[in-house]
Amino acid sequence: MLKDITLGQYFPGDSAIHRMDPRMKLILTIIYIVGVFFISNLPGYLLALAFLYLVVRISGIKFDYLLKGVKPLRFIIIFTFVLNLFFVQGETVLFDLGFWRLTKEALENAIYFALRLVFLVMGTSVLTLTTSPVQLTDGLERLMRPLQKFHFPAHELAMMMTIALRFIPTLLEETDKIQKAQMARGADFESGNLIARAKAMIPLLVPLFVSAFRRANDLAMAMEARCYRGGDHRTRLRELKYTKLDLFGALAMAGFIALIVVEGKLLG
Amino acid sequence: MQNKQDENRIIASSLTYTYPEAAKNAVDGVTMRVKKGEFLAILGHNGSGKSTLAKLFNALYVPSAGTVWVCGLDTRDDDLVFDIRQHAGMVFQNPDNQIVATVVEEDVAFGLENNGVEPKEIRVRIDEALKAVNMTKYAKKAPHMLSGGQKQRVAIAGVLAMKPDVIILDESTAMLDPSGRQEVMNTVHRLNKEEGISVVIITHYMAEAATADYVIVMDGGKIAMSGTPREVFTQVQRVRELGLDVPPMTDLAYMLRKNGVNVRADVLTVDEMVEEVCRLSSSN
Amino acid sequence: MSIVIEQLNYVYMSGGPYETKALSDINLTIGDGEFIGLIGHTGSGKSTLVQHLNGLLMPSSGRILVDGLDLADKATDRRAVRRRVGLVFQYPENQLFEETVEKDIAFGPKNLGLDENEIARRVKDAMRRVALDYDELHERSVFELSGGQMRRVAIAGVLAMEPQVLVLDEPCAGLDPRGREEILSLIRNLHKEAGTTIVMVSHSMDDVASLAERVIVMNHGEVVMDGAPRDVFSCGEELRGMGLDVPQAVMLAQKLREKGYDIPEGLYRTEEIMAEIMKIAGKEAQHA
Repeated sequence: MLKDITLGQYFPGDSAIHRMDPRMKLILTIIYIVGVFFISNLPGYLLALAFLYLVVRISGIKFDYLLKGVKPLRFIIIFTFVLNLFFVQGETVLFDLGFWRLTKEALENAIYFALRLVFLVMGTSVLTLTTSPVQLTDGLERLMRPLQKFHFPAHELAMMMTIALRFIPTLLEETDKIQKAQMARGADFESGNLIARAKAMIPLLVPLFVSAFRRANDLAMAMEARCYRGGDHRTRLRELKYTKLDLFGALAMAGFIALIVVEGKLLG
Repeated sequence: MQNKQDENRIIASSLTYTYPEAAKNAVDGVTMRVKKGEFLAILGHNGSGKSTLAKLFNALYVPSAGTVWVCGLDTRDDDLVFDIRQHAGMVFQNPDNQIVATVVEEDVAFGLENNGVEPKEIRVRIDEALKAVNMTKYAKKAPHMLSGGQKQRVAIAGVLAMKPDVIILDESTAMLDPSGRQEVMNTVHRLNKEEGISVVIITHYMAEAATADYVIVMDGGKIAMSGTPREVFTQVQRVRELGLDVPPMTDLAYMLRKNGVNVRADVLTVDEMVEEVCRLSSSN
Repeated sequence: MSIVIEQLNYVYMSGGPYETKALSDINLTIGDGEFIGLIGHTGSGKSTLVQHLNGLLMPSSGRILVDGLDLADKATDRRAVRRRVGLVFQYPENQLFEETVEKDIAFGPKNLGLDENEIARRVKDAMRRVALDYDELHERSVFELSGGQMRRVAIAGVLAMEPQVLVLDEPCAGLDPRGREEILSLIRNLHKEAGTTIVMVSHSMDDVASLAERVIVMNHGEVVMDGAPRDVFSCGEELRGMGLDVPQAVMLAQKLREKGYDIPEGLYRTEEIMAEIMKIAGKEAQHA
């Protein structure tokens, strides 16, 4: 199931979307999501879907792939849907069971909220699918750089993200190895009740933490040896530059936002 | 000083280091030097102080007593730390734990970025460095897809891009398979010969030490033996006492001599042993 | 007890775009009490093969019979197999997790459901076998030990399962010469004294030459050589072609032969070649 999550995965390619500046993509993604949160009628969502579909087509990624990414989150989506049904107060009663009545407002709210979640996941998926983790961290770091004036650790956060990304495959491999080593000693990770299973994780988690700490220690020393001294005065191999593509992207997004604003006014 | 600095890359004088709260000195009064263009091997069993010594050469540790100058720079001077680390680059043991970035070329760029080198210059230097270690075609790859030997070559490229005068390899071959070890050793030997970079390898593989110009054997934080590989390895008994091996052919020569066969004691390689056997049979 | 491998195939990430055949058509019989050196460069499939020997990996096709139990059969109790075949991974000290040496070694026996007395006996016995002093060390934290000691605790943890077959993947990796010698001699003793069947994966030809009675060479997921050390090491060219070394003694014998000396084929131990050189020098070995 873990491998089904498209959120955070990168789909290598050379489309116009791929080539856009990561900063622009980040900004546009945020605008898109915020925009979607203000939509409150079905045609509006159809517009949002059409826009997303267009972007995905340009990027060369299969739309199915994006939909598959929503699947692992279906429980959260259903959960919020049901929650909204129950807890949103409304006037127009659709039907009444005495202890609970379903109102039109609650139903609408539940549907819109679920849709917003779906678009949130799909929108960010498009971002991560078309932007390599390196570009993404670069983009984030540079976008947040002005905040450093207020002591916001933009560089440190980006560095942490890079290191996390770098070590995920290493630690996954290590987990597999330790798990097998403990299984060779008769450990059982698969059977028993919840408590027994949680307990069975100790022989896996302790060595993993020990190893992660050792790696962190080694890495810190290696970074120091390579003159690492924080983000000040640091240059980067890759410079980010806005191009015409980014301008097109910004205009397209502006168009989309204008459309939903107009549409919202027209349909209430 | 100026004159000395020209011929010596690293000078250590009565160098001592004690870990916080440790009873014994990890490095204890070591005086030595690394000459310009020299290939030096530092040997010793685990806990002999050899890795600690390496970390003193890179200002990762600051001497508890004594001094170490790297290209004439005193490592106790806080303001010189980054200069020193640029002059004396270090490659560590675990290939997985020293690569920072998620793309090979970005990792090679790491040190240069830290030093605020211009992006254009970084590009030029990392291309050169990757070429020097034969990793150009892996520039865009993710590090975890590489073999151990390749990872270490990336680490060497990262050091090389800083244009160092000395490269220190702190047991950098210990976790590699024989072909990975060979890759790394070939690379540093070539850099030593072609670029004139001084190399210090910390190792317990005798075969690697045998290829060095000069060998230092550490024990209990002190220099127990030093000399050319021949001078050191011929003292088979002493080397064993220090918890080390001798190259198999040196060992064979030692056993032959013990049995009264008059071969040279300082045989290191198979070819030299063949020569000795030929000499023996022609004198018979 | 024997292990019989028939037509074993193993495919990684089957069906996906990265599908790779890690093992192909392996046929092997590992007999009772053998000492096998398994060699091959990284990626030759030897680590994949050894993980099949105690059911950590399931064959894509083919059969593995451990003491008559078929590992390819999903119904086979894997733990019954793991009790018979102990596997020591590379850098096994990375799997230590308990508070004390004693508890860590007891982890395996506990999983077998043995009673307290039996567990205590096995822990003591395993520690003796790996030359760790029980009284001095059993209550120590594993993380306070030296690298060589940690490695021995990890091996003891597998020995305490009292397996009839012990598989070791690069048991000496990363150790200094003294540590390596300690590990090798304890493996030698296990084989000699307890009669344990040993399968040792190693990159070091010299280690294999000094210990193994049978050498299996793997390349590209296949078994390419299988025989006595003297037969395998006499194929120096082929071994080098697979990125492997031969023991230096073998190289020396080969080069002397090229020079016209009459050195018998199949020598691979330093003592053997020394005896030959002494003959050339006109000396009799005093105590070779």
